[in-house]
Amino acid sequence: MDFSLQTIVFLFLATVIIVCSILTVTTRKILRAATYLLFVLFSTAGIYFQINYSFLGAVQLLIYAGGITVLYVFSILLTYSQRKKGDRLKSSKVVAGLTATLAGLGLCLFITLTHPFTPSHFEFGELDIKTIGFSLMGMGKYQYVLPFEVISILLLACIIGGILIARRR
Amino acid sequence: MFDFSIVTGWIHNLLTSFLPYGLAVFVECVAIGIGIMIAYALIAIIMIFMERKVCAAFQCRLGPMRVGPQGTVQIFCDVIKMLTKEIVKIREADKFLYNLAPYVVIAASVLAFSCLPVNKGMEVLDFNVGVFFLLAASSIGVVGILLAGWSSNNKYSLIGAMRSGAQMVSYELSTGLSILTIVVLTDTMQLSEIVARQADGWFIFKGHVSAVIAFIIYLIAGNAEVNRGPFDLPEAESELTAGYHTEYSGMHFGLFYVAEFVNLFIISGVATTIFLGGWMPLHIPGWEGFNAVMDFIPGFVWFFGKAFFVVWLLMWIKWTFPRLRIDQILTLEWKYLIPLGLVNLLLMVIIVVFKLHF
Repeated sequence: MDFSLQTIVFLFLATVIIVCSILTVTTRKILRAATYLLFVLFSTAGIYFQINYSFLGAVQLLIYAGGITVLYVFSILLTYSQRKKGDRLKSSKVVAGLTATLAGLGLCLFITLTHPFTPSHFEFGELDIKTIGFSLMGMGKYQYVLPFEVISILLLACIIGGILIARRR
Repeated sequence: MFDFSIVTGWIHNLLTSFLPYGLAVFVECVAIGIGIMIAYALIAIIMIFMERKVCAAFQCRLGPMRVGPQGTVQIFCDVIKMLTKEIVKIREADKFLYNLAPYVVIAASVLAFSCLPVNKGMEVLDFNVGVFFLLAASSIGVVGILLAGWSSNNKYSLIGAMRSGAQMVSYELSTGLSILTIVVLTDTMQLSEIVARQADGWFIFKGHVSAVIAFIIYLIAGNAEVNRGPFDLPEAESELTAGYHTEYSGMHFGLFYVAEFVNLFIISGVATTIFLGGWMPLHIPGWEGFNAVMDFIPGFVWFFGKAFFVVWLLMWIKWTFPRLRIDQILTLEWKYLIPLGLVNLLLMVIIVVFKLHF
């Protein structure tokens, strides 16, 4: 097997993802779980950068690592007053969780192994930011202005809902 | 202008001539990493010395004078002191998170630091989406500060961290909006390309009123984002002892301290790159002799000169204004700066659409 630099970097990132994902669900301190999740998101961004998707990588860093994790940590700090560890899981729950995980793993493996992957038309080099912008806001085929607007309305509704809940007067 | 990529290209050719390609790239990556770390530490030392001297000047004092000529060796002694101090372990604290937090802060800072284009051909991370990556990298530091406040098992730290989180998350919007204003003007997000577009005039001159407003908003928001100046609530010593790093000692405290100063430099460096032309010399159209003289000054001198000028501006603000209250800070951001930033963005779009810029 030929070990190029790319393979080594990928193996390193993949190991970090696997180990931290497992730690995320097995740790009993909730803030530690959030931190391990942060590492998983970092390494995913690393894989995106490795395959030259710098836009997707930057989005991953900005939205997930810089946004969602901060939101998680913030809400944990605001709501979780006692410094106690979580309760131990009941064995029935462990069994149910393990079964669900194994079933999910089996399904994913089945789909990945049986899917006929078409050879990718991969263009080397970075994607032009203009192309990304036009496909996000364009109205043609394979362009995404409608989902973009739908998501904006959803977010607006979320903001109004949040204000309504927070300011009960 | 001297193109630094000649040097890097020569090193690359030299290494690939006797090493396999993958190994050569690896060696280059390690060398660049070490280089960035050294530059980071040096800039931190310069910044700390500058802070003490500037602060002293604004308070009619002399600052450090005893160690070395004009007190120049003082900071090196401080570094050695910091390195040899004991790192205190706290009972009842989450040790893993407590030890991890300073490194998260420093990692975010180093990532953002390596985006700055210092000279022609001397940029480490230069993506197509450079500006976007810079914002993403600098937004990670908040996580480290929140973790530090939580894991210290101390009420002051926790309050400081919460304040800091609220403040940094809010002011990120304003920095983003003001940078976006310039991205509208340039139609590119690559930092080296942004600098190259300013060869015939810096954006603060090219972009009319809109660029000036964006520059001022950026300076205010940037100052708040690095928790300094009149916005240093997270570590307001009269209320919170030292905010989120109260419990930290030795080099762990040192990492927070260094990250704060280098973040200030990064804010200034980004302001330089985006508004003040980066390493581009000052050119005045028509004055050929003047322009030729300016071209003789190397690019990195221009970059550091402008960046330290912006740093000096921010230090001036810090040592002049009294500290704000937390509600005043959030009101300033959400009720004044963000609406102003959005209107300014619209103004810039109008200017660009009707081609009113120079």
